[in-house]
Amino acid sequence: MAKGVVVIDEDRCKGCGLCIAACPQHVLDFSEKINKSGYNYAYMKYPEKCVGCAFCAMTCPDVAIEVYREKVAA
Amino acid sequence: MPVNTENMIKVFGRPKSMTDVRSTYCPGCHHGILTRIIAQTIDELGIADRTVTIAPVGCAVFAYLWYKCDAVQASHGRASAVATGIKRANPKLIVLSYQGDGDFASIGTAESIHAANRGENITVIFVNNQVYGMTGGEMAPTTLIGQRTTTTPAGRDPGYFGYPIRFSELIATLDAPVYVTRQALYDTRRIMDAEKAIKKAFTYQVEGKGYSLVEVLSTCPTNWHMSPVDANRHVTEVVTKAFPLGDMVDRG
Amino acid sequence: MEERKLMRGNEVIAEAAIRAGCQCYFAYPITPQAELLEHMAKNMPRLGRTFVQAESELGAINMVYGAAAAGVRAMTSSSSPGISLKQEGISYIAGANLPAVIVNMMRGGPGLGDIAPAQGDYFQATKGGGHGDYHMIVLAPSTVPEAGELTMLAFDLADKYRTPVMILADGMLGQMMEPVALPDPIDPASLPKKEWALTGAKGRDPNIILSFDLDPEVLKRMNLELQRKYHDIEQNELRYEEYQTDDADIVIAAYGTVARIAKTVVRMARADGIKLGLFRPITLWPFPYDKLRTVADRVDTILTVEMSAGQMWEDVRLAVAERAHTPFYGEMGGVVTTPNKILSEVKKYAG
Repeated sequence: MAKGVVVIDEDRCKGCGLCIAACPQHVLDFSEKINKSGYNYAYMKYPEKCVGCAFCAMTCPDVAIEVYREKVAA
Repeated sequence: MPVNTENMIKVFGRPKSMTDVRSTYCPGCHHGILTRIIAQTIDELGIADRTVTIAPVGCAVFAYLWYKCDAVQASHGRASAVATGIKRANPKLIVLSYQGDGDFASIGTAESIHAANRGENITVIFVNNQVYGMTGGEMAPTTLIGQRTTTTPAGRDPGYFGYPIRFSELIATLDAPVYVTRQALYDTRRIMDAEKAIKKAFTYQVEGKGYSLVEVLSTCPTNWHMSPVDANRHVTEVVTKAFPLGDMVDRG
Repeated sequence: MEERKLMRGNEVIAEAAIRAGCQCYFAYPITPQAELLEHMAKNMPRLGRTFVQAESELGAINMVYGAAAAGVRAMTSSSSPGISLKQEGISYIAGANLPAVIVNMMRGGPGLGDIAPAQGDYFQATKGGGHGDYHMIVLAPSTVPEAGELTMLAFDLADKYRTPVMILADGMLGQMMEPVALPDPIDPASLPKKEWALTGAKGRDPNIILSFDLDPEVLKRMNLELQRKYHDIEQNELRYEEYQTDDADIVIAAYGTVARIAKTVVRMARADGIKLGLFRPITLWPFPYDKLRTVADRVDTILTVEMSAGQMWEDVRLAVAERAHTPFYGEMGGVVTTPNKILSEVKKYAG
């Protein structure tokens, strides 16, 4: 079960792939679809593996990624 | 694809002081990462309502669009002089001079050095990508030895074109600057280091300590003719040899 | 108003700027305006205001750009070669609609020239010395007290129109001493608030100051706005002096130091029975074309006298449009003309 989830603004993404390279869990990949600007945007290929580390978002030059983590029970 | 984020905590999002304007930078360009770091720093220090950013000439000419802050566009190379004018006119403002390598280390050499030497209480972010991006990939003052650009098609021959200039090291010889550092953004560890350095630079300004310079090694995948991932590797393996990372001065 | 004091032109301009509420002054030393810089160095810090000796003229004008953008009254001063260096910044200031005052104490040129008084920068000042379609208001004092008055006016006009204003004088006026009574100082805090200035986006949308847009249609609109402003200035801000032109057969057109000398010539000529008058533009841009044309309709000859090869002469001929003869007499290289020399020129066209 995934501990995190990322929300990628598909239209903001320029398909540079830095997030894909940065993800230690290999969650992300290029979509086969293209966005309005013609880029193959990044998406969560293996969402179940996401730990919500936010490395992808930190490296995203277009600030297109939001990261959420599961609430940890007190 | 809709993702269910109910019952989850947002741990990373767009900084509040950043506008929604879509970035004009090429895919994979580090300017975007840097923009996010600066906005995040402005948020963390709570200074958006008194920050003035100075947009240079070059790829970052649109820098006035990225932040919910007052901004001015400066002529090529003069951003540090414009910053001086703003800060001297109103010392309560937090002034960011955002400059590329051609702007800061070539055409603006005099303005850059003398603002530093006067110890102006400003923060300069100096983006070093070793090439003139906006105009089509010409040689920059920081272009590496042997590096091919559109004006050094056979590679930079130092006997003919001179050597890549280590401008931050020059600034670091001055007595006035409180903080001079070189950072990079090629992996998450470096990004976290850069975040700390930029926050320190702004904090020093807020505390009235004086001039800070954060040089940031950036990629230019377009004009380096590399993929963004390969460009990151190039910074790691090649660029940092010519431009070593780390603090040169910290008198804070 | 204070008692009259004997003051040098450069000092009067500096002191008038301070009294006009100039809060930031940036400059680089150059002869013959060093006293201006020195007066500011002495007095601005004492008043808690900013004096920075800049690394260069480029640095100085761009500091003015920054300070003006931050909403304060700002000034720089220099002399001919230094003003050439400032052209980039002046173009930006004009394009970004910022108020600023620039003083040019002209010296002999071109190139390094010399340090003697000259008027060879008229084209540069009035036709836009930098790039792009812009103008700045150009005020040309001919006496030391007038230099003070026009400096104070320059700040008001700069703010009113959000435009660069130049005080165009020469080394002679800068060095000359005359009795002057300057008006009481203005409190900068009492000046109207500049809502467009960079003061921090607190409780409002960000203010953005630039002279830039990549969309040609938008840039065209920005240019049309500038042209509308210039039209308003042309309508409202023309300044000139007519001296004994009512019954004149010959009128000298001259500005600044030369106009001052020409006044003496008018008196000398009239003593010789020559009906000579003087037309002195005070605003060189906008140039009082229409006014000079009405003078041209009444007289035979308008003799332009300058310390240049004939720069304002072009505007005189545009204004006169062949309604009168328009000869020219000039000196160059820092040679200052004398009343006798001008009088002998006048006599060529008399009777």
